[in-house]
Amino acid sequence: MSILNINNVHTYYGNIHALKGLTITVEKGEIVTLIGGNGAGKTTTLRTICGLLQPREGDVFFNGENLNKYKAHEVVYKGISMVPEGRGIFTRLTITENLEMGAYSRNNAEEIKEDMERVFTLFPRLKERRNQVAGTLSGGEQQMLATGRALMTRPTVLLMDEPSMGLAPVLVELIFDTIGQINKQGVTILLVEQNAHMALSVAHRGYVLQTGEIVLSDTAEKLKNDPTVQKAYLGIE
Amino acid sequence: MKKENFIWSSIKVGLLAGAIGIFLSLVGMVEVFNKRDVVEKVISLGMFLLLAISMIAGFIASRRTSDLLGGNQAGSNLLAGTLAGLFTGITLALFVLASDQLNLRAIFLNATPTLSGLLTFGRGSGGLWMLPVLGAGTGLAGGAFLLLPLLVRRPITHAIMVIIFSALFSSLFRVIMVNQGGGIEKAAKAIFSQTGLTINGALVFIFGTLFISILWSSQGAKVQNRVDRLPAKGKLSLRVFSILLIAYVAIMLPQAAGPFIAQVIVIISLYILMGLGLNIEIGFAGLLDLGFVAFYAIGAYTVGLLTSYGEYGLQHVSFWVAVPIAVLISMMFGGILGVPVLGVRGDYLAIATLGFGEIVRLLAGSDFMAPYLGGPRGIIGIQKPCIGTLGEFIAVDIPRVCNGIELSKPQDIYYVAIASALLIAFFSWRLRESRLGRAWMAIREDEDVAEALGIKLVQAKLLAYMLGAAFAGLGGAIFATLVGSIFATSMQLIVSINVVALIIVGGMGSIPGVVVGALALIGLPELLREVSEFRFLLYGMALIAVMLAKPEGLWPSQTISRELHHDEAADATS
Repeated sequence: MSILNINNVHTYYGNIHALKGLTITVEKGEIVTLIGGNGAGKTTTLRTICGLLQPREGDVFFNGENLNKYKAHEVVYKGISMVPEGRGIFTRLTITENLEMGAYSRNNAEEIKEDMERVFTLFPRLKERRNQVAGTLSGGEQQMLATGRALMTRPTVLLMDEPSMGLAPVLVELIFDTIGQINKQGVTILLVEQNAHMALSVAHRGYVLQTGEIVLSDTAEKLKNDPTVQKAYLGIE
Repeated sequence: MKKENFIWSSIKVGLLAGAIGIFLSLVGMVEVFNKRDVVEKVISLGMFLLLAISMIAGFIASRRTSDLLGGNQAGSNLLAGTLAGLFTGITLALFVLASDQLNLRAIFLNATPTLSGLLTFGRGSGGLWMLPVLGAGTGLAGGAFLLLPLLVRRPITHAIMVIIFSALFSSLFRVIMVNQGGGIEKAAKAIFSQTGLTINGALVFIFGTLFISILWSSQGAKVQNRVDRLPAKGKLSLRVFSILLIAYVAIMLPQAAGPFIAQVIVIISLYILMGLGLNIEIGFAGLLDLGFVAFYAIGAYTVGLLTSYGEYGLQHVSFWVAVPIAVLISMMFGGILGVPVLGVRGDYLAIATLGFGEIVRLLAGSDFMAPYLGGPRGIIGIQKPCIGTLGEFIAVDIPRVCNGIELSKPQDIYYVAIASALLIAFFSWRLRESRLGRAWMAIREDEDVAEALGIKLVQAKLLAYMLGAAFAGLGGAIFATLVGSIFATSMQLIVSINVVALIIVGGMGSIPGVVVGALALIGLPELLREVSEFRFLLYGMALIAVMLAKPEGLWPSQTISRELHHDEAADATS
């Protein structure tokens, strides 16, 4: 049984039909990427999975359980965590406080401490600046913090929305490196990206989204060599 | 770049100061303040205000000159100060001339003959020359002040501040000291006159402050050092001693100070209660609420209905039973307000809550509710709390007999109010550090992210409304017993605005900030009756001054001050 199963989902913004019968499956331990242009419905898919949007039709199954009946704050307790687009960190709080907020859904102080150390080993830069106000961090550091905060919920599935947005190429590589590392620690990742090249090099499988519909799905390797993908998203003629 | 000529810059400062002087005269401040003295028979508060303006103008002009010339140059500095002061005086003199020739009173109610008499020192147009001369003199003094070394400047600043402070509060100190009788009473009469300080008193304060200030600047570091070196035990006992001292003063104060001051402190405590309540909504959870007075009204009316022996009293339970009920009912209404406005954010939330506040006030005073709430006649005959036998703790007969101690005077209610404020402050502080406090903080920063982290938005927001309302309800309940009657007309929008203003001045989300804000915005106008006429002018000035000079508030919470001082925070960690 796949860990995440999105089955024929239709999501609307008022009258706008944003997702038109989307079907995606994610197996345990995988990195799956959704690529597509602006307005394809990538972020909408993530917001639908974590309960910030309700699908009008279709279901989202997590470990075989239908998530539709849960609100966003309840989905967190199931083990799904999101790194929102534009990071959404608490700019006025320190790094440590941001990470503590990430562990809001948990009670065990010992485990929380352990996980914070884990985040700090993953991102040594954050450890150096643990008492600094998050608003003063650089874009890359803020992305690390947002990722770290999402890990603090101890998720089984991590949803990442455009982690490369607005970052320098060096930092993009660093972030994608850590995505690989997080995955090796056993976290399943659903990655939404415009930077198709980077996304396909780290992911196992990928889906191509166009105006709310899946137009292609295959292993990352095959998608990289697909002529339409190359032309539309990788800039190879 | 061509630098501005310092003479022209000083004249500009002087003209501006003159305009400020004219403004303060026209709003009537100078005339009203003139009824009070700083030092009896020497200088009145009104005159002091004008002289202070030209002195400050002289000081500012002198400082600008130093900036323009790249350093202090005694001659230019003094010239700049004199010029600024002179032009302040000339502007004011021209204003007096104009108000003599033209009939300004048709438009400016306060341009009275008394005012122009005041500004010419009672000599009519023959005294016009005095303003520029005095202005130039004080301007010169202000300009010279900058040139003094810090060691001299600081004691003088302290002395001036102590004089202003003790003169403003002279009636307060006088009452307290006269109440003690004996030698203290004599001392009070020697130092304080009816309207301000006596000459002797002023001298005592000036030389006392100068002495202490000089002593501190030479010995202060040593004392500080010795306190730092104290063993942990010694520090603890020092702390315990100071806490005991404060507690002793707090307990003895109402007996010493009399009913008026006790009542002022009760009112400050009530605003602290409301401030702490609204602080949960605005400061912690970021939910702006402009109808906060509604909960205060609900608390007051509940106590009124439950305890009044007038015609609208439904039950006759004791104060001690009525208060928890009032708190619960306010809390319930907090929830009721919370549900419909949950989906509303930002500015719209402010408007929705504003409407709620007005609805409650209008309903309470309406004919429709008059059979239950008394309408414009209000609810009268609210019982005072009674500490007596167990039976009296619960219900009371009519007419009311209290066999124990009846807390009837403001001096007695004082203890109830102070105890409640302390309790709620403690509660508020624990709340902020709690899990719920964290949830509120996250909501304030970003609602969507908060929800994505597992925070129940609906629950957290409703709790913010309910707890805030509960605190305000407690304030209202105490208010009802203090006054003994309640009228819908005392539940005006302005109460809500006062509470918002005191939170902003004190520092959003900060608990000591609420106390400081309440003291500054509620306590000062209550104590200085001359000032209370200009309450809103001063509110505006205080708000603008705080926003410019200390945007995080007078006693900010850690988070907010960190945000506004990013660079320093970054420097400190790197």
